[in-house]
Amino acid sequence: MTALIEIDDLLIQRSGRTTLQIDALDIRKGETLAVVGPNGAGKSTLLLALARLIKPARGQILFNGYPFFKLNDLEYRRRISFVFQDPLLLDMSVRENVALGLKFRGLRGEEIRRRVDQWMKQLGIESLAKRRAGQISGGEAQRISLARAFVLEPELLLLDEPFSALDPPTRSNLLDELSALLRRDRRTAIFVTHNLNEAARLSQRIAIIIKGRLMQVGPARQIKGKPVNAEVAAFLKELTQAL
Amino acid sequence: MNIDSETWQITLLSLQVSASATAISLLLGLPAGTWLALGNFRARSFILSIINTGMALPPVVVGLVVAMMLWRSGPLGDFNLIYTPAAIVIAQTIIAAPVVTGLTAAALQALDPRLRQQLLGLGASHLQMIWMLWREARLPLLAALMAGFGSVISEIGASMMVGGNIQGQTRVLTTAIVLETSKGDFNVALGLSALLLAITYLINLALTWIQQRGVKR
Repeated sequence: MTALIEIDDLLIQRSGRTTLQIDALDIRKGETLAVVGPNGAGKSTLLLALARLIKPARGQILFNGYPFFKLNDLEYRRRISFVFQDPLLLDMSVRENVALGLKFRGLRGEEIRRRVDQWMKQLGIESLAKRRAGQISGGEAQRISLARAFVLEPELLLLDEPFSALDPPTRSNLLDELSALLRRDRRTAIFVTHNLNEAARLSQRIAIIIKGRLMQVGPARQIKGKPVNAEVAAFLKELTQAL
Repeated sequence: MNIDSETWQITLLSLQVSASATAISLLLGLPAGTWLALGNFRARSFILSIINTGMALPPVVVGLVVAMMLWRSGPLGDFNLIYTPAAIVIAQTIIAAPVVTGLTAAALQALDPRLRQQLLGLGASHLQMIWMLWREARLPLLAALMAGFGSVISEIGASMMVGGNIQGQTRVLTTAIVLETSKGDFNVALGLSALLLAITYLINLALTWIQQRGVKR
């Protein structure tokens, strides 16, 4: 499988302090990579760097084999999509929220209508189309947020703990739906989570980040069976006990 | 008091001058406030403190400085603007611009900072992002506009000093009220005051109506 993203010697610092350091990491085309780690480990920092919302201090990233930093900022960001932990919906109708990214890209009305209809149906939110975003429950809001990202048909989907604020049943349902959508479209995605079971359900590989360092990457079974060092083992133990 | 042609002329000039000053303040204050709210630079707090001080700028001090600048012997004397409506617009803009700038910055800083990242993450250009942030903050931004207009329509010190209260040329409602009061003609002064209040109320009523249409219910 060819790589969509190839990271080499990436270093991200904030106020002179290292927040993330990755020697090497590939994200393959069509795979879902789950990124797991404790709070403040640097998981979200990785997503922000890949969305070009923060600048690394050093490092090389290839996107589709092309040097990432040579790509035009806006053109690159229009090839990806980002779903945050909070849905961050705008004060407009649900339909307008879903259409937002398409409008930014200057798509025509008919095309916007077609794609918005398709993805609202796909995520079961077509009945909410005319509702104001402020009148929506947490689970529905996150569905809208997912529809808003999927409607863009991005080459890379960045998901930053999108279900962490939801109740367990809603979370489980959405996880199943997200998993089905990602597999069906073979969309490349990076999914940040605290939950090892969620990571295993959704992804083909898991990356463990602890204290800003990428510790281990591999399938869930390998990570659970052979932690690369004591730190990863302790973290996994902590996660298992928390479940 | 009968609303005669002179009263109409004074009222119209008041509206023209204050509306122009508010519009120019908006053109200056909206981008400046946005820059202050979204920019990431060291002097931001310092500049914001200057702008916030400017929000309480005494109109007479503004009038004095503008009069000195526009006075015939002053640095801008060649433009012959002193005692013209343009001079009042300049002074009122200096009064209203910090109000619009400061309240714009506060309105945008009150938004969730992650909203910017979310908009960029959805493929917004910087201009599209700023437009959407203005849209999100439209209620406090309209309040900024109302505050800017309110600060100049009721202002007197600067209008008197740089306009000169010349009949038929630079007399506005506030300076006319002062003149009638100084003459002891309280009925006319009261009538003009009622007119000023009515205009201010109607304009704010219209802006409030626009603002409240967008309130989440």
